[in-house]
Amino acid sequence: MIKGNFIDNLPKVYGIYTGGFLAFIIIMAIGEQMGMTSKTIGICFVAFTVAIYAIIGYLSRTAQADAYYVAGRQVPTVFNGMATAADWMSGASFVAMAGGIYFKGYGYMALLVGWTGGYVLVASLLAPYLRKFGCYTVPDFIGTRYGGNLSRFLAVVVLTVASFTYVTAQINATGTIASVALDIPFQYAVYVGLISILLCSMLGGMRGVTWTQVAQYIVLIIAYLLPVFWISNKMGAGFFPHFMLADEVARIGELEQQFGFVKNAAADLKTVPKGLAGITKAHSAVNATPWGFISLALAMMMGTASLPHVMMRYFTTPSVKAARKSVGWSLFFIFLLYSSAPMLATLSKLSLIDPSLPTGIIGKSIAEVQAIDWYQNWNQANLMFVSDFNGNGTVELNEFFMGGKAVVLATPEIAGLPYVISGLVAAGGMAAAMSTADGLILAIANAISHDVYYKIIDPKAETAKRLVVARVLLVVIGFAGATIAAMEIQGILGSVIWAFDFAMSGLFFPLVLGVWWKRANKEGAIAGMALGLLSGLGYLIWVRNGGSGFLGITQLTFGIFGSAVSLVSMVVVSLITAEPNAATQRMVDEVRVPSGRSIIGKQ
Amino acid sequence: MSKQAQHWEKTRGLLMMTLAIWFVFSIGIFLFGAEMNEVTGPFGYPLTYWFTCQGSLGIFVILIFWFANRQEKIDEEFGFSERGDD
Repeated sequence: MIKGNFIDNLPKVYGIYTGGFLAFIIIMAIGEQMGMTSKTIGICFVAFTVAIYAIIGYLSRTAQADAYYVAGRQVPTVFNGMATAADWMSGASFVAMAGGIYFKGYGYMALLVGWTGGYVLVASLLAPYLRKFGCYTVPDFIGTRYGGNLSRFLAVVVLTVASFTYVTAQINATGTIASVALDIPFQYAVYVGLISILLCSMLGGMRGVTWTQVAQYIVLIIAYLLPVFWISNKMGAGFFPHFMLADEVARIGELEQQFGFVKNAAADLKTVPKGLAGITKAHSAVNATPWGFISLALAMMMGTASLPHVMMRYFTTPSVKAARKSVGWSLFFIFLLYSSAPMLATLSKLSLIDPSLPTGIIGKSIAEVQAIDWYQNWNQANLMFVSDFNGNGTVELNEFFMGGKAVVLATPEIAGLPYVISGLVAAGGMAAAMSTADGLILAIANAISHDVYYKIIDPKAETAKRLVVARVLLVVIGFAGATIAAMEIQGILGSVIWAFDFAMSGLFFPLVLGVWWKRANKEGAIAGMALGLLSGLGYLIWVRNGGSGFLGITQLTFGIFGSAVSLVSMVVVSLITAEPNAATQRMVDEVRVPSGRSIIGKQ
Repeated sequence: MSKQAQHWEKTRGLLMMTLAIWFVFSIGIFLFGAEMNEVTGPFGYPLTYWFTCQGSLGIFVILIFWFANRQEKIDEEFGFSERGDD
């Protein structure tokens, strides 16, 4: 069936894969009709998809540095776009984003704008130039452009701080899903998740991660879009929800007016299980100050352009031209999911709060709601809660509480979709969290193995030895991440946003000015990275410990302060020290044109 | 002026234009979020709401492809485009 070069056959290979996955969903649906239990279906979905990723990971094994670090630089634009989208959309995007929109409305949607707008910066400021540079890792660019081991090492430090903050959240998410789907305690599920993650990346490095990420994108996008379209059609809201939910959005506004946002007494709120929230903000009204919205969006955009696990995906394209186009495709594939999240939030909210719909629970009696099957399931999972605060016997808007994850995980069940969809959603969430975790762990391990071990400690190391070091680091970092994830220190979303702020504090300006400002030199870059990261971190600690902050910069946007310090110190220090030597200036000139050899020679 | 300097000048011009459009749809319009939301936007959604869930996102996708094409033209014009692959 498949002849010739693997790369030429990609559309066919992934076409068959997609068909196979759809067939699997249908088989599961038939199984459900024939009496398969929901638990078996959940296990089948997660086990089957993880097994496929592991097989792809095994088939992609390699002993070549070029394949291990940059997938041989032959990933076609569209497929690299899919891989980047999976790399990018984490467990947070998949599981928590619709929930955030559901509860916080407009103020939260700054993340949607920020997490997409950042790609414009990636495409125009960085990706094509870093591709021309021909580096293996982001610190490789910093180290070669500015020169010196210290600048290289600082870039590795920033990368590690940002990516590690991010990866614990992803391992946490795989653990959550694995523990629900496989019905095992979270502490063990975290390690099941970790082993699945390592199966994809251990043997094939970037090559293995690339081809599993494409497979994971296909699973996660089907798992996200199918329920949204299905629910919308089932509710009669419109067959193409994205263009047809205006009436539903308006209806939610009406209901909000009618019910009003009643503030609960603190004593009442204490009885609500931890992590659950009620609807307290208007769905489609502007509920944040312009600066509140813009500062969050801006922090996420600059963070996007500084996160190494995204940037390194564009090192895998065959050319500079392809790198640019590939950013466009990445954002297109991300757009498919991000533009659906607000629609899912709308459908979910309306189906729960509209008394004229059969699924609506507001206005029903407490006893009636407590008798509903899905309420009992999700109440048991600690994701849903009702309580009769005012003692009138019926559920009011302010007496209904839900966890953020429930919007994605529970809505299919609430809307009365078969369980097979819930199994599919679990597989999608697993794919989203795994693909991001893989990209992050690989970014850290590659930076340490290539930049610290090979470039600084042992420049004469042979390829075989370098790849052993890279793989050992992969496992060590994975286990460190899982151990911290098992402690459950902070929520999924909070740590993701911090990662963006750390990355932009330390790396945004050293990367951008490395291409766009010839005068930027080593001393400036070192000051920019060190002072940027330290001041960002200092601000975060200050605000966390009761500091008032300034200019409306919060613990979610501290990167704005960090990157401002980074910019100023980098410019000042560069200008008071000697300008870069002629060779470096020539190097910058060469980076700026697509033609010619890459700066770091091939092989 | 050398060919390379001219190429870079045009590239920088394109960057400025791209960043200006980016600025408008990621930051500029949200300065007037509350006022704009009174207006009905495409498909009947409130305008600011529509920009946050579809409009700005879609514009970014188009903007990147537009930018990539323009940059390719600039590279070709000065003979700096790569040969032999796509």
